[in-house]
Amino acid sequence: MHHPRRKPTTLAAVAALALVGVLGACSSGAAAGESGGDASTYTWWDPYPQHDDASDWAGRVQACGEEAGVTIERTAYDTTALTNQALLAAQEGTSPDVILLDNPAVSTLSDTGMLTTVDELGLDTSAIDENLLAAGVVGGETYGIPIGANTLSLYYNADILTDAGVDPASVTDWDSLTAALKAVTGNGDKGITFAGIGTEEGSFQFLPWFWGAGADLRDLDSPEAVAALELWTGWLEEGYAPNSVINNSQNTTWEEFLTGDFGFAVNGTWQVDSAAGADFETGVVQLPGRDGGVAQAPTGGEFILAPVQEDTERYDVTRQIVECMTTPEGFVETANTFAYYVPPTADGQAALVEEKPELEPWVEAVRNAKGRTSDDLGADYPVISEALWTAVQNALSGAATAQEALETAQADAETGTS
Amino acid sequence: MTTTEATATAGAPPGVGPGAGRVPAPRRRRGPAASQWAAAGFATPLLVYLILFYAYPLVRNIDLSVHDYTIRAFVQGNAEFVGFEKYAEVFSSATFPTALWNTAVFTVVSIVFQYATGLALAVFFRSGFRLSGLLRAMFLVPWLLPLIVSASTWAWMLNSDNGIVNSVLAAFGVGQINWLTSPGTALLSVTIANIWLGIPFNLVILYSGLQNIPGEVYEAASLDGAGPWKQFWSITFPLLRPVSAITILLGLIYTLKVVDVIWIMTTGGPGDASTTLAIWSYREAFGTGQPDFSPAAAVGNLLILIALVFGFLHLQLQRRQEDS
Repeated sequence: MHHPRRKPTTLAAVAALALVGVLGACSSGAAAGESGGDASTYTWWDPYPQHDDASDWAGRVQACGEEAGVTIERTAYDTTALTNQALLAAQEGTSPDVILLDNPAVSTLSDTGMLTTVDELGLDTSAIDENLLAAGVVGGETYGIPIGANTLSLYYNADILTDAGVDPASVTDWDSLTAALKAVTGNGDKGITFAGIGTEEGSFQFLPWFWGAGADLRDLDSPEAVAALELWTGWLEEGYAPNSVINNSQNTTWEEFLTGDFGFAVNGTWQVDSAAGADFETGVVQLPGRDGGVAQAPTGGEFILAPVQEDTERYDVTRQIVECMTTPEGFVETANTFAYYVPPTADGQAALVEEKPELEPWVEAVRNAKGRTSDDLGADYPVISEALWTAVQNALSGAATAQEALETAQADAETGTS
Repeated sequence: MTTTEATATAGAPPGVGPGAGRVPAPRRRRGPAASQWAAAGFATPLLVYLILFYAYPLVRNIDLSVHDYTIRAFVQGNAEFVGFEKYAEVFSSATFPTALWNTAVFTVVSIVFQYATGLALAVFFRSGFRLSGLLRAMFLVPWLLPLIVSASTWAWMLNSDNGIVNSVLAAFGVGQINWLTSPGTALLSVTIANIWLGIPFNLVILYSGLQNIPGEVYEAASLDGAGPWKQFWSITFPLLRPVSAITILLGLIYTLKVVDVIWIMTTGGPGDASTTLAIWSYREAFGTGQPDFSPAAAVGNLLILIALVFGFLHLQLQRRQEDS
């Protein structure tokens, strides 16, 4: 008689316990997500999942934590995922103490009010190059510090160019570049490869030509913009560039270049080491403007940001961590850890060039580079950029002419930003 | 053989029934409250689970779609209520007709070919020849591979300049086809990849459905002089109808929401050439530097509605089948 009576209650108790367990798991999960947790642990997010906990980079992050007397809990995300995670965390009020984020996303995040300004944190940004800091400046306030910068240049395969009788120094404007491509393809090699993929990378690669023609991001269907897009479509039509550039990411582009079949490739500072290790001799020239001169390339690279915290006591340590990452020595160390970052200060650049003279052209390129969110575009940039890469896709694939594609893009950008 | 098993299990409950009926009697006498509490206790975890993981996301998705969630509003939580404005935006967008058409083509073509191939293979493997087990296992490979691997492999194979497909075609004198980079073939390419991915699912379900058709029926049919073709159309196909219906319905729902294959192969491009509703929703929310959660949620809800319509259609069909 005891048995059947006890059974349901026991089971109910078990069920109730299970329920408590479920809820408990939820609440403890939320508590752990609470920014930083305790006062001696600081949270840090960055977009470098390729650097694991045992890497030099992770060690450097820890060292900056130790210097400030705290432990840093580092989490790495993919770049796009990081922006979304940051937004979600801000919504939940669980932002990390420090985020390293791709520079065009800074204005987007600052627009939400989730970032502290450098003034609030008490940081000094006077030494930072203005063109590099620009991506973090919105409405007169500065929301972060670049930890380094990179940009695009034109890599070439010296062997192929010699075979085709092309002197890399002769590439000074669009006509001479197209002539060089003609000579290279005429010699049986492939001309140029670049990334025209329908993501931010596609816009990033198109901008040097867009700006090099004198076009403005507020006016996507200007004759200059059409000329830039026609340069690309022309290369595809003539067979100077492979059709697959339409889906190429920058990594794919680089893999193609490393096969040794291509005369030229548009790629970034981050491939310097890889280029040095290629099976053929490589070199770099600055991306040419339409009528000569160096085209402005967009700046790449991450900003170090401090999201707003409920507990403002934390800012003091956060400031120390940020400062540790942004001293002149810190910049050079970051540059060396990644092998592709140019320091954003004159001191840092000088120190880097002294250590590695071969990086001189890249330092030059970074000094000439332009922030994508500059010209007061701010949070409008992502909308304009999407319209732009869509136009590039449509024109390259032959779905529309350059003129039509850019007119649609301008219309989309206007609706999207109004 | 399977039918006898089925009747055996079907016959079991009445046998157990009386025995089971005896147990609750003393329980009820002791106090109904306790057993009701127990029942509630049993149901609560399930209810909590349903609310937490099914109802809440759905409600939240609807909530997102009827507010104007700019990024700022998303973080600060003060999005303005705009009713169906976002839906109107979605419907009037130039992408909408393209995405709807692409979704329809992608889904219908995928399902037709997946089902036909899966059924043909299932019938083929039913005869249980030597090595058929091994071969059948090999057909499951697409299912076992991580999607990122298979989709990337497809993208490489279909590469315009260096892809193996084009180099084979070139050997037969066919010129370069820009599979993934031309607006005319991008949707076709991702559909082919998706068909390949979906065949194992159809094969497995239909094959197990075939196991439930008793062998005697076929024996009787062949005694009556029905050839294999006649046997297929008069026995296999009609008897497989309930299994076919569920396979197609599940396939439909899976295919409607496919994002990964298309995203990895073409990111919905070039332009909007391979953009389906699911891709569009994903792109609005996560594909650009500017997350637009409201239109993304609106498109997502639209997809749920479409899937729901087909779900009800299936229920209706099933009921009619049971009635007849």
